[in-house]
Amino acid sequence: MSELKVKDKEIVVPGEVLAEGMDYLPSYGVFREQDKIIAMHLGLISISGRVIKLIPLSGRYIPKKEDIVIGKIADIGFSGWRVDIGWAFEANLGLKDATSEFIEKRADLTQYYDFGEIIAAQISHISGSKIIDLTMKGPGLRKLKGGKLIEVSSSKVPRVIGKQGSMVNLIKEKTNCKIVVGQNGKIWISGVSSESESLATNAIYKIQHESHLDGLTDRIKEFLEKGEKNGI
Amino acid sequence: MNNDGMREYIVSLLNKNLRLDGRSLLEYRKPIKIELNVSKNAEGSARVIIGETEVIAGVKLTVGTPFPDTPNEGVLIVGVELLPLSSPEFESGPPGVEATEIARIVDRGIRESGMIDVEKLVIKKGELVWMIFLDIYTVNDAGNLIDASALAAVAALKNSVLPKLNGDKVVFGEHTKEKLPLKRLAITCTLSKINDKILLDVNEKEEDVIDSRLTVAISEKNNIHALQKGGNKGLTIEDIDAMIDIAQEKTKELRKLLG
Amino acid sequence: MVYSKRFDGRKLDQPREMEAKVGIIKRADGSAYFRIGKTIAIAAAYGPRELYPGFLQNPETGILRCNYDMMSFSVTDRKRPGPSRRSVEIGLVTQNALLPAIDLSAYPNTVVDIFIQIIQADAGTRCAGISAAAMALADAGIPMKDLVAAISVGKVGDKIVLDLDKEEEDFEEGSTDIPVAIMPRNGEISLLQLDGDLDKEELLQALKLAKKGCEEIYKLQRISLKEKYGGSKDE
Repeated sequence: MSELKVKDKEIVVPGEVLAEGMDYLPSYGVFREQDKIIAMHLGLISISGRVIKLIPLSGRYIPKKEDIVIGKIADIGFSGWRVDIGWAFEANLGLKDATSEFIEKRADLTQYYDFGEIIAAQISHISGSKIIDLTMKGPGLRKLKGGKLIEVSSSKVPRVIGKQGSMVNLIKEKTNCKIVVGQNGKIWISGVSSESESLATNAIYKIQHESHLDGLTDRIKEFLEKGEKNGI
Repeated sequence: MNNDGMREYIVSLLNKNLRLDGRSLLEYRKPIKIELNVSKNAEGSARVIIGETEVIAGVKLTVGTPFPDTPNEGVLIVGVELLPLSSPEFESGPPGVEATEIARIVDRGIRESGMIDVEKLVIKKGELVWMIFLDIYTVNDAGNLIDASALAAVAALKNSVLPKLNGDKVVFGEHTKEKLPLKRLAITCTLSKINDKILLDVNEKEEDVIDSRLTVAISEKNNIHALQKGGNKGLTIEDIDAMIDIAQEKTKELRKLLG
Repeated sequence: MVYSKRFDGRKLDQPREMEAKVGIIKRADGSAYFRIGKTIAIAAAYGPRELYPGFLQNPETGILRCNYDMMSFSVTDRKRPGPSRRSVEIGLVTQNALLPAIDLSAYPNTVVDIFIQIIQADAGTRCAGISAAAMALADAGIPMKDLVAAISVGKVGDKIVLDLDKEEEDFEEGSTDIPVAIMPRNGEISLLQLDGDLDKEELLQALKLAKKGCEEIYKLQRISLKEKYGGSKDE
């Protein structure tokens, strides 16, 4: 009766029929048309029981609720800050979500977050494309001082992080850098020297370019160890 | 000017003679590719790739009246379009300041070096001459569009043939085997300055933070035929001396690729 | 009046040789190259991104904006740089060809820009542009209900043919050119234009031929998109 037309981890194009029959359930990235489930992006199929999901392989960062993002303070108003997170519209950081301290109404907001400063925040609420609310209240959310900011395609972020953080932890360990990865593809790196930051940066760019090839973890490990040897 | 720490980072690397992509300061990106005849309706065409920067140049020839002040010379018109498809920063519309500068730099290098034998382009003295339309389009902007454009322009001209002529009209779509008469090849090289460091072939991130640049067009006899200083900081005579030395050396590398 | 053998020897229902590649413009969010015979098109997709001026923004959905142009040397008689009425019209019909396939309702107030450039022209340029643009949109991760494939059909002399080249388009004894774009899954037509002279039966016959031609293009589009990520085994 119901028929699955694709396998788990298969790459599909938009419009491709993934399953026929009402037994399968559409999740993210797919839609149902009559009794068929259809792919809505170029991406990887993920089948879990009867649920079919699609992970897009490419595309700009689209903000989602609960995403941890790295942003830059773009503007300061009376009731909070506007933050550039690499989306078509700036996100909002309101007074009450900015910090665990209490901020008075007429306080000098630059004392908390100033123009151009980098923050790790979480998306608390989204409405349409234009309204994206951030919060800084949560573990790990903070101003990121010093270091440098790089950017990768947001679709590569899962590879940079790795299974349960294994990849990013490998880089942190081998380069002795602090690294915070935002779902929006922005990555903050802070090391003891610019050479160690450079090594971490190049490792991350390497992941971006070679993410579709096999044996990535081993190659990155080898790359980092060579760099370590060269006195980073 | 962006305040995202990129300039500081680039400078900190440069102080150790390192660049973002691991190149040395005076190294071209690899690969540098020159493909000829990429657009068959053109009288000549070339695609140039330097690293990830890609441009396509094409030549169309027609006949017309010469300019009144040069009645016995063919005509050259160079156009550059920074296509919006090649960068999120380019908008649709007629060529702006940036595109116009590149077109005029490319034109100058070709014209002042006497690259095209413009006297051989005369069909009827004072009345009918060949007109060369050289158009350059950016396909991917990863920095250093000037050098890529100039190289594509020269390659396209070198690849060009004259179209068939029927009396005083061009027969569209028919090419002869007669090559466009060229006397020499001017090769262009741009050197950029960030603080006290001189860089060759900047990528788009470096290009965003340069203080100044000098573009030099050089012919086979190593003479300078065109110069253009860009950027809004100054250059010392020592800088210029050094940059020209580097340009004279590096253009030899590009000249070899043209064959 | 009788067109017995096609100028390049093809069968009546045979399209020219095709080639496609995805991701050719690194700075774009999505991009593709498409060649059919001697016609070469490249397309880039940018977005969803900010849309200025503000009065163009649509609070219900993102919008699609298509821009089509030809390199001056892509044609035998040089095309003067700048938008022509023809390129403006093609931008519009391209937009209408792609819109039914995409869903920008999740990105109100934004724009997805498509830029198409013709590098070499030998008829069928707007169709090549649409086929490239559809791949570029998919490469950019834009939500799409289906891809879009486009090809020309027509009547040359007395024969209904698939994929006219320039020589056929210019055939002195009569040529009707019909660019068609189709969304492959349900066969819906999103682009249809005609200029020439033919009766209804001939038109329906031509449309059947177009469907066949678009199926071949669709196959190539699928392979090229999957190839970028190293995953195309079943074609």
